[in-house]
Amino acid sequence: MDEQTQNITASSEEGQGSLPRYHRLRVNLIIVPFLAALIPLMIMAVINYYQDYNAYKTENNYTISHLLSNSKRSLQFAIEERRAVLSLIARGRTLKDLSDDARLMATLRDLKESFGDFVDLGIIDDGGNQTFYAGPYKLKDINYMNQSWFHEVSLRGTYVSDVFMGYREFPHFVIAIARELENGKFYILRATIDTKLLNSQIYLLESNEQIDMFIINKSGILQTASTFYGDVLDTIDLQIPSRLLDREIIKEQILPDRGDMTMGFASIVESPFILIASLKHRDAFLHWLTLRSDVVWFLLASMLGILVTVSLRSKYIVSRLMESDTRRAKILHNIEYTNKMATLGRLSASVAHEINNPLAIINEKAGLINDIASYGPDFPKKDKVLGLVDSITSSVERCSRVTHRLLGFGRRMEFRKEQIDMKSLINDVLDFQRSDAAHRNIQVNLNIEPDIKTIQSDRGQLQQVFLNLINNAYSALEKDGVLDIDLRHPNTNEIEVKITDNGVGIDKKDVIHIFEPFFSTKGESGTGLGLSITKDIVEKLGGVISVTSELGKGTCFIVNLPIERVE
Amino acid sequence: MNSFHVLFVDDEEELVSTLVERLEYRGIIADYAVNGNQAQEKLKREKYNVMVVDLKLPGLSGEELVHIVNKTHPNLPVLMITGHGSGKDGSFEKPDGVFELLQKPIDLSVLIKKMEEAIEANEPG
Repeated sequence: MDEQTQNITASSEEGQGSLPRYHRLRVNLIIVPFLAALIPLMIMAVINYYQDYNAYKTENNYTISHLLSNSKRSLQFAIEERRAVLSLIARGRTLKDLSDDARLMATLRDLKESFGDFVDLGIIDDGGNQTFYAGPYKLKDINYMNQSWFHEVSLRGTYVSDVFMGYREFPHFVIAIARELENGKFYILRATIDTKLLNSQIYLLESNEQIDMFIINKSGILQTASTFYGDVLDTIDLQIPSRLLDREIIKEQILPDRGDMTMGFASIVESPFILIASLKHRDAFLHWLTLRSDVVWFLLASMLGILVTVSLRSKYIVSRLMESDTRRAKILHNIEYTNKMATLGRLSASVAHEINNPLAIINEKAGLINDIASYGPDFPKKDKVLGLVDSITSSVERCSRVTHRLLGFGRRMEFRKEQIDMKSLINDVLDFQRSDAAHRNIQVNLNIEPDIKTIQSDRGQLQQVFLNLINNAYSALEKDGVLDIDLRHPNTNEIEVKITDNGVGIDKKDVIHIFEPFFSTKGESGTGLGLSITKDIVEKLGGVISVTSELGKGTCFIVNLPIERVE
Repeated sequence: MNSFHVLFVDDEEELVSTLVERLEYRGIIADYAVNGNQAQEKLKREKYNVMVVDLKLPGLSGEELVHIVNKTHPNLPVLMITGHGSGKDGSFEKPDGVFELLQKPIDLSVLIKKMEEAIEANEPG
């Protein structure tokens, strides 16, 4: 054997997981519980995810809705309050009272004192001429006849304008009241109000920094500054829900440049204003996002935990299963073997016995012929007769040796400890195969060191070991093969039996598995237990078995047995 | 050693008759019985110097026969023959009242020698 071959001692190898059946079982044992545990966990995680998301959404919607309705109410109130005051002024005083710049100025002063955000005040006649004006600008005698608001106020009696710059160079809006006179004519009381009013109503409530609140008009022009959308009078592109009426509408919008938003819309009655509250999801859901990543981490950790637990557990179960399968198979095999051997033993004993008696008779008859020829008178061809008798006697002797071996074999089935002559034991085993060996022209060389000691062991068990090993060697050998059996003492305490064949050999990848249960290179014809049991027996007898093999060159089994059995 | 008279008890008549004939060539007067009862009959009628009994006998077993004969003929030495493989594990213990246990197959010269020894050992003085 060269150094390429592997040398494995029997005691170092334990059969583990090399069999596809157990591998499949193990994979199943991992996958099924893993999925069974994981699927509900995933479902729970997904449900939890959406529940949390919805809870956050509801909370956000509530916050926006709350802010929106509060702001709307106070804005509506502020505008209504100013309109009511103007209306009161228009009704409570005659046109004459107001048709005086000084008096109008005094009224404006009163209004400013009360409200602060009135900028100027004007009286416009039904021809659209601003006949009287009180305020910081020189706007007297301007004609508003062709402006749309003039028509609207003359028709509806009241008007609130969009925010605009106009002549005054700062954002403001207008509230106008039409007053009918007895003569069927009318005049208009027109007040300009600083948009600070709108801002203050919004800022007052804009406590949540994540929420951007602002006002636009129906044409999408910003009426107050917005944190995210732009400054006053910028036009923005927002989808305003139709049919706002008196309701607040909250909806989610995805804006291409700003991401997911929750937007709330509320219309301020009797005005062109629409109040908008917008909330960016990324800000609002920050807490939820951390929660979400916590859930994901928890899920991953659980998966890992389940996987590790399940795979360790399945490894344990499969190895236990394999162990018990092996044990059971070995027991069954042993029972079968023992039965077979016992039957064989009984059969050979009875055959041997039946043959022994006629053999004894033949022997004695031949002896008698010999006596007659020897003691009686001479007769022709006496020498020839004596020669024939001799040949009969020696043939009988040969038969008797065979029958004695058969008897001996049958008797050796019981477990017991005795002194065993390994040489005769090996010879007995070889006798069982001798005709096969002769038939296939296999040369058997038995090389025995002089002074081989007897060993203390179990004859039946040793027979099983060597019967199996020699049987294997014969199966591996081809015609004209050579089987060498060497018997020697490697040291004073051991006997070594080396069984070498120059047969087909064993593949390098197979040789390491050779003592594993169920491993067989003989395909369907072998149980894969022979060498496994052989190894068990050798170890039980206190010995060691090892193998070296090379494909195409042959195999060598070495069995070392103690001379004296130490329990 | 003078000629002596021996009784064989063996159910294998072919074998035992041949044996008797061969012994006669050697000057030994031999007789045989094929079972225990026949042996007892013969012992009543004739005087024998030695008896050789097969362990396995039909009816009365070899051991039982030896037991009886030891009582009726206390001075008759007995040799016993066992077949190979008889007994529990082939190592059959020599029963009481048996001079020597012989294993089959028996070499004729060994048998004669053992019979002579048995007679010698049994002779007084």
